[in-house]
Amino acid sequence: MSNKTAKLKTDEDERFAPFLRLLTALLVSGVAAGLAYAVLSLPHVATGLNDAVGDRLALSGVDHPVTAVLLNFRGYDTLLEMVVLLLVLVGVWSLSVAPSEHEAEAGAVLDYLVRFLVPLMILIAAYLLWVGAHAPGGAFQAGAVMSAAGVLLVLSGRRLPGSLAGWPLRLTLVAGVAVFTAVAAGVMSTGASLLEYPSQWAGVLILLIEATATLSIGATLAALFLGGRPEDGP
Amino acid sequence: MTPAFLYALIGSALFALGLYGLIVHAHLLRKILALNVMGSGVFLVLGGLAGRTPQGAPDPVPHAMVITGIVVAVAATALALVLMLRVRATTGRTVLPDGRGN
Repeated sequence: MSNKTAKLKTDEDERFAPFLRLLTALLVSGVAAGLAYAVLSLPHVATGLNDAVGDRLALSGVDHPVTAVLLNFRGYDTLLEMVVLLLVLVGVWSLSVAPSEHEAEAGAVLDYLVRFLVPLMILIAAYLLWVGAHAPGGAFQAGAVMSAAGVLLVLSGRRLPGSLAGWPLRLTLVAGVAVFTAVAAGVMSTGASLLEYPSQWAGVLILLIEATATLSIGATLAALFLGGRPEDGP
Repeated sequence: MTPAFLYALIGSALFALGLYGLIVHAHLLRKILALNVMGSGVFLVLGGLAGRTPQGAPDPVPHAMVITGIVVAVAATALALVLMLRVRATTGRTVLPDGRGN
């Protein structure tokens, strides 16, 4: 390779030589063929864990099997997932400060649209949270809509006021994990094991966990979008 | 070919496509995007194969795992992007050094 072409090369162009790319493509095709073979060799009809979940659905406190698995039967996964979100935010905040420069001022149309959309999105998030008990929905879907509302606010040039960017923001971020852990450990005082909700209280406890989780997930994902810790924070 | 297997096969193909992109491209943003394509393939396999039940309602456990996985993937992508920006700020380039002073 001559120096002239090396100078013109940017990071975007940096990739394997054509012959190596062809070789990689062949190897990856082999992987794809192996995966396809593995998929096709699976039994064509399988009940999986459908019956196991269905048998105990009445004890879970909710009527929708996916929510029951997420918040009750496999609550440990969901608790640790919330911890992962929090850890990622700690990592991002340790690595960088949110860029202080604002985007160009939002035009009148965008500004009006955001004012109209954000309350609607909060309403949709609340609906998704509530409907999760008996239909597709739940804390993560609601949290995603909440974070989208946050991203819209950020893109239209709005930021959290300094008074809210400190403790109030941090409390919102950790509330999901804190409430989840408190409930998980609290049920142990009644003699149950970790995360084993008493079935008459399960519905209420799950709603409490999901409501705080929605707020935390929304705030965390929107904070991740900013790409760094807020400058005004301590 | 039931829809469950069609989804699972397309998921496998997406996984392989992402793997190719991850290996061939040096630019970190392309690697992160390729990883996300691979992850989407895995989710499609899980979500598709959950539909192999005789009674029609899909197996809820893989679906719950996919929801968990999507959130973790989004969070990991955010961390990867911030790390990429740090690499760029430190070295001035958006590729990882290859250990030969390049």
